[in-house]
Amino acid sequence: MIETRNTTLKICAALSFVLCCTSCGGIHNALNPTGPQAQNLSRLWWLFFIVCSVVFVLVMIALLLSLRNRTGEPQVATAPVIEPPAEQERKRRNVVISAVTITVIILFVFLIASYSAGRSMTAELEHKNGLNIELTGHQWWWEVRYDDVDASNIFTTANEIHIPVGVPVTFSLKAADVIHSFWVPNLAGKKDLIPGKINTIWLQADKPGVYRGQCAEYCGLQHARMALWIVAEPQEQFNAWRQNQTQTSVTPASDSQKRGQQVFLTSTCVMCHAINGTPAGSNIGPNLTHVASRNMIAAATVVNTREHLAQWIIDSQQYKPGNKMPQNNLSDADLQSLVEYLQSLK
Amino acid sequence: MFKKKFHAKTQRHKEKPFETRQRLASLRLCVSIFLCFLCLTSCKREQRQFSSPPSTFKSYDVTMSDIHPGSPGMPQPVQNPSDQRAFDTNEGKRLFTQYNCSGCHFNGGGGIGPPLMDEKWIYGENPENIYSTIVEGRPNGMPSFRQKIPDNQVQQLVAYVRSMSGQLRKDVAPTRNDSMNARRSEQRTERETPRRSSPPPQ
Repeated sequence: MIETRNTTLKICAALSFVLCCTSCGGIHNALNPTGPQAQNLSRLWWLFFIVCSVVFVLVMIALLLSLRNRTGEPQVATAPVIEPPAEQERKRRNVVISAVTITVIILFVFLIASYSAGRSMTAELEHKNGLNIELTGHQWWWEVRYDDVDASNIFTTANEIHIPVGVPVTFSLKAADVIHSFWVPNLAGKKDLIPGKINTIWLQADKPGVYRGQCAEYCGLQHARMALWIVAEPQEQFNAWRQNQTQTSVTPASDSQKRGQQVFLTSTCVMCHAINGTPAGSNIGPNLTHVASRNMIAAATVVNTREHLAQWIIDSQQYKPGNKMPQNNLSDADLQSLVEYLQSLK
Repeated sequence: MFKKKFHAKTQRHKEKPFETRQRLASLRLCVSIFLCFLCLTSCKREQRQFSSPPSTFKSYDVTMSDIHPGSPGMPQPVQNPSDQRAFDTNEGKRLFTQYNCSGCHFNGGGGIGPPLMDEKWIYGENPENIYSTIVEGRPNGMPSFRQKIPDNQVQQLVAYVRSMSGQLRKDVAPTRNDSMNARRSEQRTERETPRRSSPPPQ
């Protein structure tokens, strides 16, 4: 009997240990903080988790002890005790009073900790202006606009945000249609993107790496496929990337690419997409000026390969049913040239 | 008196044989279950189609003139499937802004282009007329959107344009805007009786 209980306990302990381990790594994980904002939150989380676990265990122990120390069956025959012994009564009262006091103290500690963590999220926001990014939520993708005092350095991209390591980055959050929410668990907490309102959040990556973000407010059919990547890289690498992004698109080199550009400019693509340096200048869909420099397409839904791009153009509804991109009936040759052209837009 | 009535009621109830009462109870249960099922059927009002069906329009079908070669015969009016789908008319409304139709027609009130919410139709009020207006363009300003807008989206736009003057069913026409309303929503627009109008003076 005791042995089986021991084995059960062991299995439970091993299981919980394994569960803890799975939560330690990962690029989409609030318990793997890589910035000051996420560290604040994860510290708060661990405080709540540890204190609550200890309290739970203590309450369970008290419950088991009280069950074990039962004084047999209640005796109905004897007269009810009207006046319990004074000594016992005093003990019980002390236990209740001390438990209530400890509970109140714990709740106050929680209150203060959560309030100060909340305050630190927005503290000194005006000084966190290493880089300003305007993030607009669309159904179902992210429009990213890098602000700059020099207008020629402003550029727009989509779904992939590069930031320099160790620099606080401010995000101005907007929405084009419905409410979305910006959440990169490794770097910061959630903040909503609300139509007609500008919210601000700052975050900072302390280690270079790629972190996944996700829309955290249900925003329609393809809410689950509205993800983004944050690429944190050293300052020089970031500067080089930024320098490239501010350029207009490359001119098509080969005949096939030239034809691809013509297909782009004369078909339905131009109604929604922009390629800087060409007459295409719409802003309904993602800006494609440097589409080949991104690792994923369709808001981090599929990897940016030749096949995926072609399938996406022909029938994007098979990847993301309900997205705003229509089907396109292009001939094989046109499609090949178009994909070739898009692939050249580094 | 009330008490008496109540008493009489219970009395009557008692008089019914047990079997009849049981049958009544089961009937009541069946009816309520049936009503519950009816509620369920109302959950799916229309089927959304995300992949575009082949267009029912052919722009060369459309003739603008009343003069026909051969024997006189009314051409069969073309049905626009989007006229029956609330999702499509709403998509049409979204595209109307996104493709900058409102750049000339404004919110249907007209400005650079003619108004769309009134009863006057220069080139015809039928779906096929509006379709060819969008696809082929019209003199004095309306550009051709041939191959710029996919066919099913043109159909959605056609349905929306018709809803602006109340030509569609009320449960299909778009409801109010999310932003400030410049006019009554298409759903609340009274149906205008279409009549032909001459082109605007040049």
